[in-house]
This record gives sequence, structure tokens and C-alpha cells, in this order.
Amino acid sequence: MKNKLGIEIPEKIEGVGSLIPFQGEFTLINSQTEKYKTPQPIRKSKTGHKLLPDLKNCLEKLSLRDGMCISFHHHFRGGDETVFKVISLIAEMGFKNLTIASSSLTTAHDPLIPFVENGVISRIWTSGLREKLGKTISAGKLGIPVIFHSHGGRARAIETGKLKVDLAFIAAAAADCEGNATGSFGKSACGALGYPMVDSEYAAEVVVLTDNLVEFPCHPASIKQHNVDYVVPVDRIGDPKKIGTGSTRLTRNPLDLRIAQLATQAIDKCGYIKPGFSLQTGAGGASLAVAKFIRELQRERKIKGSFLLGGITSTMVEILEEGLFNVAYDVQSFDDMVTHSIYKNQQHVEISSSQYANPFNAGCFVNMLDVVILAALEVDTDFNVNVLTGSDGLVMGASGGHCDTAAGAKLTVVVAPSMRARTPIVRDKIATIVTPGCSVDLLVTERGICVNPARTELIETLKRSRLPILEIHDLAKNVEKLCGKPAPIEWDDKIVGLVEYRDGSIIDVIRKVKS
Amino acid sequence: MKKLRRTMLYIPGNNPGMIQNGGCYGADAIMLDLEDAVAVNRKDDARLLVRNLLSYVDFGDVEKTVRINGMNTDFVIPDLSMIVPAKPDAIRIPKVETIEDIQRADKLISQMEDESGLRVGTIMIHAMLETALGVENAYAIAKASPRITAITIGGQDLTADMGIQKTLGGEELSYARRRIVMAAKAARISAIDTIWADVDDDEGLIRETRMIKELGFDGKAVINPRQIEPVHRVFLPTVSEIDKAMKIVTAFKKAQAEGVGVFAIDGRMIDAPVVARARRILELAEMEGAA
Repeated sequence: MKNKLGIEIPEKIEGVGSLIPFQGEFTLINSQTEKYKTPQPIRKSKTGHKLLPDLKNCLEKLSLRDGMCISFHHHFRGGDETVFKVISLIAEMGFKNLTIASSSLTTAHDPLIPFVENGVISRIWTSGLREKLGKTISAGKLGIPVIFHSHGGRARAIETGKLKVDLAFIAAAAADCEGNATGSFGKSACGALGYPMVDSEYAAEVVVLTDNLVEFPCHPASIKQHNVDYVVPVDRIGDPKKIGTGSTRLTRNPLDLRIAQLATQAIDKCGYIKPGFSLQTGAGGASLAVAKFIRELQRERKIKGSFLLGGITSTMVEILEEGLFNVAYDVQSFDDMVTHSIYKNQQHVEISSSQYANPFNAGCFVNMLDVVILAALEVDTDFNVNVLTGSDGLVMGASGGHCDTAAGAKLTVVVAPSMRARTPIVRDKIATIVTPGCSVDLLVTERGICVNPARTELIETLKRSRLPILEIHDLAKNVEKLCGKPAPIEWDDKIVGLVEYRDGSIIDVIRKVKS
Repeated sequence: MKKLRRTMLYIPGNNPGMIQNGGCYGADAIMLDLEDAVAVNRKDDARLLVRNLLSYVDFGDVEKTVRINGMNTDFVIPDLSMIVPAKPDAIRIPKVETIEDIQRADKLISQMEDESGLRVGTIMIHAMLETALGVENAYAIAKASPRITAITIGGQDLTADMGIQKTLGGEELSYARRRIVMAAKAARISAIDTIWADVDDDEGLIRETRMIKELGFDGKAVINPRQIEPVHRVFLPTVSEIDKAMKIVTAFKKAQAEGVGVFAIDGRMIDAPVVARARRILELAEMEGAA
């Protein structure tokens, strides 16, 4: 069967079940076909007996079995040390066919490759994959396709029971003996714990790992004691220095700055920089630089916004502290300064990934956004965006909150250079669609701004400005003239990944790349 | 409408990555450099690259200029014979000192335009004055050929020629700047200021740009794309300037319609030069998209 974007989606996949093809941004959400909440498990009271001496002891107490689903969160990004530690111990105990449901997987998770190859891990749910693990999946080493979800999509999948988590591991920078836990202070402080907030409410068993056991009560607590079965002290939960990995620093690259300037001017001309506006920007490169330029405009015109949202960076913390926005809602923090802020500043508020982006709850924040600035690996001439696979077809990125925010925000701005090295970013066809073009309003590159033709009012507004506006087909042609046309990727038939849209339908499939 | 020349971005002629993006940074003009940015043993590569990319890359509305090597070097003929057929908007000639320098360049360019089938007079000249003699001859040079559309000051070379150091305050260039601006105004062409070398010092760049704008320069050479936006911001008329200018021009039109010659706004007499300046501000604002 074909989905709304004309992509062939299998009706059923063994190990996954029936698939729903993507039908449009809000079709499923408006029809409310998903039963959006399963009852929370009621835990047997363990008060006073939750604290265990070590992880091994804990694993012996849990109801481990083959084929179970184990969840993790990726707030430590490249510095995560929990997933491998837990899975290797469970593998040592002889369990196999496990489902790993981590909110995302990063370069820190390459050591999982042997478990993918020997059947300890047989299913993966994640927002993204990188480096060697991505290549392993693209080479078809996992029997059942990986399910790539958005951040909001993950909360939706857990809350609807589509993703049934048997066992959740939560790495916390501070926790007490009853399981009240936070990421906001301690030697391994990582800031918000937006993803495992959902896991802690819905998983059958919940374990908090901490390298900083504090006296009861641990306050503030993002994870609440009534949702926790066991607390385990460990030496280290991760390296917070590897959370930022440079992408949250402000760029000095003139091309990125130029893109950011054009994006800011376009957002301004479209009338969005006004009192009470809300904003989300991605970390890194041009999109973070947009926040800097918007901040300058706000200062100049004395405009105070309503809220900042998303992965919060130190730049956003500065903007909040300057009083340019009322509140920053934080599902995932990106560096040390953010961590300090979330602990100290009452206007810096931690939210769960469900509050952030589950479109089926009674009001997720992304749907209230005015402006979001997003990056892209590739964009096609219908404005569909790929943030998952590289130009070689290998999985190397993450879906993140891309399709959630793009659908929710009133103005979705994709910023990207028109080419990377010698590869054009805008092309007729892209390897993988993560965000549908109907969610994207503007594509801003250093060579000019393309407006989605469906947004006639924006075209009129921007044409009246002196900004460089061009048709996306012309941009594609201009860039192709400079770079040439890349050879098409040679795909195998085998499906190695299913790309879920935020509502759980399948927007695209990722196939094995021919070696 | 006069072309804006607020920023002229230097790009080394042997850097293909930077050249291909030359039109993307928002500068009013780019200057592909075959002179100081290119080592003597790389001149051939740079010349070929600049010629090929000029013919191939779409730089949009940006004014395309190429700085060739000085008229007293052996590179002049090979530079011009390769660059003229690629039809840049203008050729920047460094270290111009006399009328003869321009006359010789003019003749060579005419000859090469003719040979490559271009209408003679297509390509403009920007003359760089960066010696004491060049500065003293500023007006004569500005009028030496109808091809000359801009004269520019080269601060680094000029201070070297004067045997002094370039300072942050720029007092040592004060006379040369004024002389060049006046020559340009008299010849009705653009005056372009020298670079600000410290790319990390935006404050210094903005301070100097304000100063040269007040002197009457039309723009400034920049060496990093990051310098473009601060310079443009200085040249942008302020909201109050625009408001005032609109008020003047509206009142002038009304006075004209009513047959009144001289009129007053807020107690101040408005005459022809005030109206002309107001019109110029509105024209600038419109060109810069601020109106």
C-alpha cells in the first residue's frame, strides 16, 4: 500500500505487526483513533526495601526473561555509560531476543554491535542511530526493522501501549533511597529528564541508577518515588562533558551565520517576532545562531516572548535570564550551564516528552509553538525533510522532535547549507522522509529562501521584502550545476528501518544499502 | 538608481570554495583578488580559477570585481587578457599613482574587450590609491577615464609608503581619506574605504565605519563575511532619519502643488539642499529594504 507521500509501505512486517500508512499531518490525530492512555501499573509497595547494593543484585530481583523490552534515555548523549553496562550484564546472564527502547542511541552505543549480531538484541526502538551502529543496521544485521520514532511519537507509543516497556532504567544524577530522582544536580548533572518521566509511569518495573545517593528526600525530583521499584548506586552513570559535543556552541562559520541572518529576517518579515511569541531552535550551526539574531531584535525593539521550548542550550538560558522570554520548557538539556539553570531558575521548567510533543494528549507544547527552526540533512523539491540517513543511505541521524515541532509550529523554518562538501542538500528525491513537506514553510539556505508554494500568503509577504526568494526547483538546479548530480543510492529490498510519523503511522521505510 | 557599494568583500582568487559562495553572503560587491592574497608562484592558478568561476557561477546581483596585479608588474598583461573576456563588472587596479597608469590600463582593457567581442567600455575600473603620490593625484585619477566608477584607499600600503604605522584610531589616514572622498564627490563616483583588519573586533569595525560614513565614503572593503552585516547596519538610515525625510519630502510635494517656494517644518526653513538630502536618505532606505 502507498502512503500519502506515494511511498510503498508493507501492510505487515513480521515481528512488528500491521502498519498504518502516513495519511497527513493531523488525520489520525483528529480522528482520535488511538486510545491514548493505558492505565498506570500499580506497584507493589517496597517502601524501605528499594535500595539494592549493586546492579547484579538488582537484575537478580527483576523479572527478567527472553524477549522483554528494556528502556533507556539518552540525556547523556555521547557520554552515556548506562545502556551498555546494563545490557552486557543481562547478556552475561544468558537472556536474548531483547527489545531495546532507548529515547535515542548515539556514538556511545557502538559497543552494542556484538549484541545486535549475536541475537541478544533483536528489536530496537529509537529516535536515531549514529556511526558504526547506524552502519550495522543499514547493513541489515538486525532481523526485524528498527522503529525510528520522534520524541513525541515515543511518548505516544508508550502511553498508548504500542510500545510496552517491561523494564526501565533511569540514570539519575541524584536520587534517594525511595527513588525520587533528578538530573539537575550532582557530579553527573545532565539537566532535564524529560524522556524517562514517561517510562517511569508506564514501565512494568522501574530501576533508578545513580552515582549520587542523597539523603531522603531528593528534591527537586523529576522521577517520583511511587513509580520506582529499585534504586541502585553505581560508580558512574555517564560523562556530562560529552552531552554538548560542540554542537551547542555558537557558530562562527560565515555561511551558517548568513543562513541564520536570512532566516531571522524572513521570520521577522513574516511578522512572528512580536510580544508573546514562542520559539524553539535546534542545537548547533545555523539554527542556534538564529536564536542569537532574534535575541538582538528583541533587545532592540524591547519585545518579550512567551516561552522557549525543546532541547535547551546555554544560549537559551542566557536569553531567559535576560528576561526576553517568560519561561523555558526543557525536555532535554544540552550543557552544564543549562543544568545549573534548571536547578536554580523557577522560570526554567522541566517537562516530560509527553507534555512536550505527544499529539494525542490534551495539549502538547509543540502545538503551541509560533516558530521552530530546524536543521536538515536533505530536502526534496516538495519540502520533505530527511534528518535520518546520509547521502549514502546509511543511518546516521535522528528523528528527534523534527516532525513534532514542524507539524505543531505556526512557522516552520528549515535551515541548511545548499551543499555539504560536494553533495547538494536540495534534490528531487531524498533518501528518507522524516518530516513531510506540508509541515515546512520556509527553507533557508545561503543561496536564498524557498517558500512552500502552499503558503501563498507567506510568498506574498516575502516577495514584498528585499530578501532573496527563489523557487525550490531553481535552487536545486543552481546547486546541481555546481556539484553535479550524485549517483542514486543502490538499495536492497530488505527493510532495515521503519520511520514512524508522530502519530504512529509509517511515513517512510529505510532499506538495506547494497554493499 | 545609484548602485550600493557599502561592502566590498575580498576573496582570495585561489580559493574555489569561497569564490563559489561569493554571491551568498549579502555583500554589495565582491573582489576576487589576484594580487596580495595570492603567492607569486600561484598567480597562474588563481587567474584561471577566477576566469572560469566568473563565467560559470551565478553571483546574483552582486557587483563582481577582480583585483589584478599592479601596473608596474609583469602580471598585468596575463591578468587582463584572461580576466577581461570573463566580463567582471569592474577591474580593481592597485597602487595607481598617475593618470598614465589609468590610461594604460584603459587602453589594454579596450584592446582586450575588442578582441573578445565585448563592447569597448563594458568593464569599469576601480582605482586603488595606496601611495602618497596616488592620494595627491586623487582627482586627476578619478577623472582619468570614464571607466572609473570608484576610487578606494588602501590603508595598509599607504601607511607603509608613508613610513608610519596604521593605528586603531586612524588619525594618520585622516587627510588621505578626506582627499579621496572629495575627489570622488567631485568626479561623481564612489569612494570606498580600506579594510578593518581585526575580524574579531566588531566594535572597532563599527566605530570606524561610522566615522568613514560621516566623512562621505560610500562603503568599506571587508575581509570576512562576518563584517558585512555590521557595516550594512551602520549605513542603514535610522528610523528617525527616515521619518524626518518622509516628512520633508511630503511637505515639499505639497508646497510645490500649492506653488509655495520656501516652507518650514517645526520652525526650520526647508530649502533645496535639505530636500535633496532627504530624498537621498529615502532612496538609500529603499535600496536597503528599510523603508
